[in-house]
Amino acid sequence: MDIESPGRLVDFVLRARTLGILVVLALLVLVTALIQSRFVDGADIKFIFQQTSLYALLAVGEAMVILTRNVDLSVGSVCGFSAYISAHMFATHPGIAIPLVFLVGLGVGLVCGILTGTIVAAGRVPSLVVTLAMLYIIRGVDTIVVGPGVVLASTEPAAFLRIPEASVLGLPDIALAVAALVAVAAYYLNSFRSGRDLYAIGSDPQAARLAGIPIANRVFTAFVISGACAGVAGVVWACEYATIESTAATGIELQVIAAVVVGGVAIFGGSGSVVGAALGALLLQTINSALNVTGVLPSTWTEAISGFLLLAAITLDRGIQLRLSTALRRRRVRLGA
Amino acid sequence: MGNVSKAFGAVQALEDVSIDLYGGEVHALVGENGAGKSTLVKIVGGVHQPDSGTLRVDGRDVILAGPAGARDAGIAIIFQEPTLFPDLSVAENVFIGRQPLHSGHRIDHRSMHTQTRALFKRLGVQLDPDRVARGLSIAEQQLVEIAKALSFDSKVVVMDEPTAALSAREVARLFGVVQSLREHGAAVVFISHRLEEVFAICQRVTVLRDGRLVVSQAVAELTPGDLVRAMVGRDIATRTHEEHDRAAAVLRVEHLTRAGIFEDISFEVHAGEVLALAGLVGAGRSEVARAVFGIDDYDSGTAHVGERALRRHSPTDAMAAGVAFVPEDRRQQGLVMDMSIAQNVALASLQRLKRFGLIRGSVEQSFATDWATQLHLRYSRITNPATSLSGGNQQKVVLAKWLSRRPAVIIVDEPTRGIDVATKSEVHRILVDLARSGVAVLVISSELPEVLAVADRILVMREGRIVDELERRDATEEKIIGAATGQEHVPAAIESSPT
Repeated sequence: MDIESPGRLVDFVLRARTLGILVVLALLVLVTALIQSRFVDGADIKFIFQQTSLYALLAVGEAMVILTRNVDLSVGSVCGFSAYISAHMFATHPGIAIPLVFLVGLGVGLVCGILTGTIVAAGRVPSLVVTLAMLYIIRGVDTIVVGPGVVLASTEPAAFLRIPEASVLGLPDIALAVAALVAVAAYYLNSFRSGRDLYAIGSDPQAARLAGIPIANRVFTAFVISGACAGVAGVVWACEYATIESTAATGIELQVIAAVVVGGVAIFGGSGSVVGAALGALLLQTINSALNVTGVLPSTWTEAISGFLLLAAITLDRGIQLRLSTALRRRRVRLGA
Repeated sequence: MGNVSKAFGAVQALEDVSIDLYGGEVHALVGENGAGKSTLVKIVGGVHQPDSGTLRVDGRDVILAGPAGARDAGIAIIFQEPTLFPDLSVAENVFIGRQPLHSGHRIDHRSMHTQTRALFKRLGVQLDPDRVARGLSIAEQQLVEIAKALSFDSKVVVMDEPTAALSAREVARLFGVVQSLREHGAAVVFISHRLEEVFAICQRVTVLRDGRLVVSQAVAELTPGDLVRAMVGRDIATRTHEEHDRAAAVLRVEHLTRAGIFEDISFEVHAGEVLALAGLVGAGRSEVARAVFGIDDYDSGTAHVGERALRRHSPTDAMAAGVAFVPEDRRQQGLVMDMSIAQNVALASLQRLKRFGLIRGSVEQSFATDWATQLHLRYSRITNPATSLSGGNQQKVVLAKWLSRRPAVIIVDEPTRGIDVATKSEVHRILVDLARSGVAVLVISSELPEVLAVADRILVMREGRIVDELERRDATEEKIIGAATGQEHVPAAIESSPT
């Protein structure tokens, strides 16, 4: 690292942020494996990836929204609603093709995303409030539609329920598919103008306006993508849990946001990556499993530890930012630039 | 542009202004702070829409629906406050929204990097295109903005005080760029407070005063003295109150430094005195005030009220020591707009008003009514929200809020920004009366007539340093402008110089 160049310093610190998650992850796996060696024998790892894929899928959409200095609290409700509607398809249309069911889930997500995105972008209403309302509205519609009913595993074809089991080289198919999606999303955010616009909007909305960026369009798109991810995640939920009630996926939006923030996406937008967000989801799930496997702490500690991690991540980010801006200011004075 | 007017609420920011810009010519736009230059720039840049009047580019009427529209019409603006994205790389800041592409709409990062490098080379700037914009100095940010404007190949380039934050070397380089823009046939609008710059690179000059056009003609036909007179344009304000003996220092600031922002600031404010901090926008005046009051931290130096040292970075301590601070932006920092007038006035005195830990509405209202009467506040009901008041009366509420604490020192930042003329002089009277009652008053103002109307003593800041101290009997607008812009003794030196 070239100490005399402030640019390198900033880049180094930002890159170190993503590296940091990987280091914590590696340490966690190492320590857990030392305590309980069966943690790394395959089955547990496969389970972690299975669990992670659902949250990582949601985190990709959520990250895009948060990058624009917005937030989507409705993903849990959309996921639950989509899970019910798609699983219910098997009961009403016996023999329906499984890919078609995924499309139905995607459709449910898209409709919800378009609705939310329109209100936020066109109505210029704070997304925190809009998506909080959508969280209740969609969950409410879900409850009305499902009533006391349940989709039972018996109505779903075995092939559908086996999807989570399918794997290549010990990695679940779903996890691979989500990894591919993360790669595509990361590529889009890096290499397309509209993707870069999302960062610009979150970094400084006022400057984005002066630069002529179509803010409303971009924010709308981010919400539609988030909705779509949540819709597909619903179908994944359905094949993993089989039995679907109206309360499915309640409250997971906060876990998703936690994953995104732990993964290094700034809560006020502008910086971070979907890769980081997915790693954040992986880290939280690994902690979950590690607690279960080692028995060092009861698994009831999971939530408290997740919260602590979140706090640590945010404090770390804030500290780095303050120190960095002071360092840059002093360095400039010293160099006399 | 022809017959352009723009009003913000009751304040007429621009009235019936017409300017012609020609390709290959640098057109200076000068005027005091608040003369309407920035408003004009924002209209040309599509940020504000004019209330009346037209813009023509190449003989065709254009309506600029927004910043993108102005860009498409070939107009590039370099705003006074750089508008960069802190989280994006420098190269991306230059090319945001029009990054060079591979086939298939992918961004060509390498090409973006080389093009940025080429632009910086043309500007003679050494900046890494790949570093993030966060942490760039104002001068560096400005240079990125200039690179951005260059990359547009614009027909019209507007620079709003591009040199205010630049060093002499950087200014010389910028002049080279302006020259090359001119040779490429662009019309350049150059806004500056430094008159020598106007005479160095501009062919035509327009002077704005109070939102109106005063002069628009070839630079060669004018002397610097003509320009200063056109800018100031009014009888030099006469003294409104008498000399008096200086009492003990109440606020004492010594060697206050915040690296990169202000340096080695020392001054005293005495009981019964109004001290004004004058200077251009961005000279670091507000930053000093914020540091003294403890809103911002500083690196070294001390501030004392009487014998008591103020803890740094602690507004609570400053308030406890008897310092009051009326910020520049009253809507955001001074008032709770949705609360009633009474609640706003009482806000800083709740400790004193409470009984058994509770605040009674009636106590609060009679307390507020007292102060409202003293300050001649014009309101319909004391329980109406603060939003119902005019700007000037809102400012009085902020003053009342702090005065009711009976402070020893009061710091007022831009006390009359956006306030109508009549209320302005009332606010001035309040400040002067306050000082006469024994309070130490520190006023920050960019309006010279205001400085001369209220101040007993004037400190002029430029680029983070105190560069001059004037007693009121010696102070003139010309002297203050001269010190603030770095030209010593403007009228004398310039009027004798040949043009």
